[in-house]
Amino acid sequence: MSELEVKIGWDRDQMAERAAQDIPNGSYVNLGIGIPEKVVRYVPAGREVIYHTENGLLGMGDAPAEGQEDPELINAGKKLVTAIPGASYFHHADSFSMIRGGHIDICVLGAMQVAQNGDLANWSTGNPDAIPAVGGAMDLVAGVKTIRVITQHVTNKGYPKLVEGCTFPLTGAGVVSRVYSDLAVIDITPEGFKVVELAPGVDFDYVQERTGAKLIAS
Amino acid sequence: MINKQVNSVHDAVANIKDGATVMIGGFGEAGSPIELIHALIDQGAKNLTVVNNNTGSGHVGLAALIENKRVAKMICSFPKSANSFVFPDLYTKGEIELELVPQGTLAERIRAGGAGVPAFYTATSVGTPLAEGKEVRNINGRDYVLEFGLTADFALIKCLKADRYGNLIYNKTARNFAPVMAMAADNTIVQTKEFVKAGDLDPETVVTPGIFVNQIITVANPLLESVLVNAGKVYP
Repeated sequence: MSELEVKIGWDRDQMAERAAQDIPNGSYVNLGIGIPEKVVRYVPAGREVIYHTENGLLGMGDAPAEGQEDPELINAGKKLVTAIPGASYFHHADSFSMIRGGHIDICVLGAMQVAQNGDLANWSTGNPDAIPAVGGAMDLVAGVKTIRVITQHVTNKGYPKLVEGCTFPLTGAGVVSRVYSDLAVIDITPEGFKVVELAPGVDFDYVQERTGAKLIAS
Repeated sequence: MINKQVNSVHDAVANIKDGATVMIGGFGEAGSPIELIHALIDQGAKNLTVVNNNTGSGHVGLAALIENKRVAKMICSFPKSANSFVFPDLYTKGEIELELVPQGTLAERIRAGGAGVPAFYTATSVGTPLAEGKEVRNINGRDYVLEFGLTADFALIKCLKADRYGNLIYNKTARNFAPVMAMAADNTIVQTKEFVKAGDLDPETVVTPGIFVNQIITVANPLLESVLVNAGKVYP
């Protein structure tokens, strides 16, 4: 892609807004670091969603007002947050019991690669010089009932992030059910990637050209 | 009369020997017992195996312990946070060992260790490089990886309030690993912001029962890692 190419499709906020539409009332939700954090702002009015952050808070609220910050009240990305009325704190083993015990309904994560069989790679490029860091990603994909991904459709260099098979080390095998990219909403089905919605001004062929696996039209 | 208070942070860490395994509470700076870590640097024990979610930031606290070459091995889930330079530098040079453990597996291994459970199966990491070489067992149609409980010689943790029995409550998300580390260590050393009379903590709200605690030191105004890092402080 040329840098001069006009950017089309959804921006980061619109991707988060689109993902938020699919979170049902009453859900317990864990949001990954980056674009997924923005989902909180766009949950449709009238729905109540409880946010879990794996460092030990259920009922995470917005960033604190100035003067209300507590460095010991943070989220998994180590950003300052607040607790809603009705929130609870707990230790790490309990927090990950919520995850690994299947109690969290939905997790929205970022991705480096998603394969057409639902494999997710989002923790390491496998480069031997890199410092490996995994955090809670492997626990989330193994334990949360529904795993969704928000990601740019291609990398900064224009390589597809939706691929036939991940070349980076896996976070989990066959775990992703839906991807929200800047170009489309795509489901992982037994037959492969299925386009369920195109961003405004984007057509199927445009998405296919930027995808490393065959797409199925809905 | 049982009273687990000690006189100073230096007394608290005096018995940590070279080669010890030390669990250190905290997720980032939240819950990091920075005064106990600095006392451990002063004390001089080396060749330590340290269990913490991260590897510290800047040149204070856990990062300073590592920078002063006291740590032979880190067991953690996320060794490269913002402002974390010391560990990545030593790791790249091959001067420190890393055992990378998924965060929930780390917490569960510590809980299991503290509960006398030697090992458990979990779905986390199945099919990934972190499961390589580990026993996999299919239970009711799903694959699980065998993970071993983790114990330690010492735990250094921070809490909000403690009484003389070692009953503890914490502050918000600073609780993180502390309750399970307190269970998993032979000797749990606590720095508390406030020391209260026995009976002042409602038994219904005690988070860590005193049986898991060995030594308590009051640090009424603990340093904040982020403040020290932003000021460019280096310990010692």
